[in-house]
Amino acid sequence: MSFSAFRILAEALTGHGGWKPMWREPEPQARYDIVIIGGGGHGLATAYYLAKEHGLTNIAVVEKGWLGSGNIGRNTTIIRSNYMLPGNEPFYELSMRLWEGLEQDFNYNAMVSQRGVLNLCHSDAQRDAYVRRGNAMIMAGADAELLDTDGVRAMYPFLDFANARFPVKGGLLQRRGGTARHDAVAWGYARGADMRGVDILQNCEVTGFLIEDGQCNGVETTRGTIRAGKVASCAAGSSSRVLEKAGLRLPIESHVLQAFVSEGLKPVIDGVITFGAGHFYISQSDKGGLVFGGDIDGYNSYAQRGNLPVIEDVCEGGMALMPAIGRARLLRAWGGVMDMSMDGSPIIDRTPVNNLFINAGWCYGGFKATPASGWCYAHLLATGKPHPVAAQMRLDRFERGLAIDEKGAGPQPNLH
Amino acid sequence: MLIPHPLLGPRDAAEFTVMGDASLIDRPDPQSDDAARAFHDHVYLRDNPAGVHRELWFHEHGDRSWLVVTRNTLTHEILEVRLARDVALEHGR
Repeated sequence: MSFSAFRILAEALTGHGGWKPMWREPEPQARYDIVIIGGGGHGLATAYYLAKEHGLTNIAVVEKGWLGSGNIGRNTTIIRSNYMLPGNEPFYELSMRLWEGLEQDFNYNAMVSQRGVLNLCHSDAQRDAYVRRGNAMIMAGADAELLDTDGVRAMYPFLDFANARFPVKGGLLQRRGGTARHDAVAWGYARGADMRGVDILQNCEVTGFLIEDGQCNGVETTRGTIRAGKVASCAAGSSSRVLEKAGLRLPIESHVLQAFVSEGLKPVIDGVITFGAGHFYISQSDKGGLVFGGDIDGYNSYAQRGNLPVIEDVCEGGMALMPAIGRARLLRAWGGVMDMSMDGSPIIDRTPVNNLFINAGWCYGGFKATPASGWCYAHLLATGKPHPVAAQMRLDRFERGLAIDEKGAGPQPNLH
Repeated sequence: MLIPHPLLGPRDAAEFTVMGDASLIDRPDPQSDDAARAFHDHVYLRDNPAGVHRELWFHEHGDRSWLVVTRNTLTHEILEVRLARDVALEHGR
């Protein structure tokens, strides 16, 4: 079943009786070539690209809850590729390119909107840092544009340009960045994978691994034992909990990140703006709510909810950036569990256990990475070799002294 | 979240900086044969449990004491708070 304007018209004329469920609800088979743990964005994207790009369809995605119940449905929907380091930026630029062709590729409306991501700078030193980052982005094939104060004012005249403490000195603009409909990304990948024969097993929690002679031969789940040629963990904030069952200790802490949405307003922010002097980013959803967020709470948590001091901190950032936001009422706040790595960069690699693979450590940048994460993980699983743009995202990079630390904050996960 | 400080009574969590897993107190022996491996594990690897977790909190905007807070990461319930000094002495530091 494919989507098209003609199809919508035909369904409208026939009472919308022809729409069918987007994916099957299969029973687990005894064995698959590949079992992917985690039915979120990255797991489903991995299954989709394994099926579509590598022709591997004897695959199961096992999900503890319902499909897309984790961070893919809890983020602030921003897509961008404005990183700096060589181990990161080519990967995120691949992701940006996949975003640009995603809806045509999986024939599903993910509402990808390249409305521009603007990082504001508030000091000369910060502008110098943005010039450097912009040049690194351009060298990796991304787009970057440095704006002066007047350039920013032309886009967003309501910002507090004359703020005594943090005047707006300009900004780094990535016009190709923007937002996407987060749930639809999971649904589109799930539908595309399911159409090609991938089994998506919901309410199927992994309770253990079948490890024989240092080799992983499958998983124990709440819906029975499933044997597999390869097992690929893609469990985001729960990665430590899952891979602990295989005897692994990871360079990851799980932290809570909160996000917020205001009541629906008329269009006021047509892009994504980030405050450079605190941690605050904001965009406006198509329903009109201002969607914004800031720092993680800072302590380990699996609770999917945070505390009030960070809400206050985020709102202070918003008030410093655009005082008008004080007139909007906060509608909802929620939290997600972030797999914070020791250098702020992700891991896509093998593990010391044969045939067991890891995809984790996305910190709070996992959503934008969804397509490239799936693409590169599928490449690793299908060919046995890391994809060139993800080759530095190794599990053993810390003992080799090859950390990819964008912020230079060191092994302190709550600072990344 | 309120932290029941052993010396000061209940204090707002916002006064503190969280410094991570309390296992950081147990610094490996730099003279041992496997010191490089032990320090890698000490600095970079974490148990990251879902449930009871012992962690270091620094009372930065307070009396600048270091605390070992035992907390449930699933519920945020605080089970025990001790001065990190006392814990370190017990561990032979």
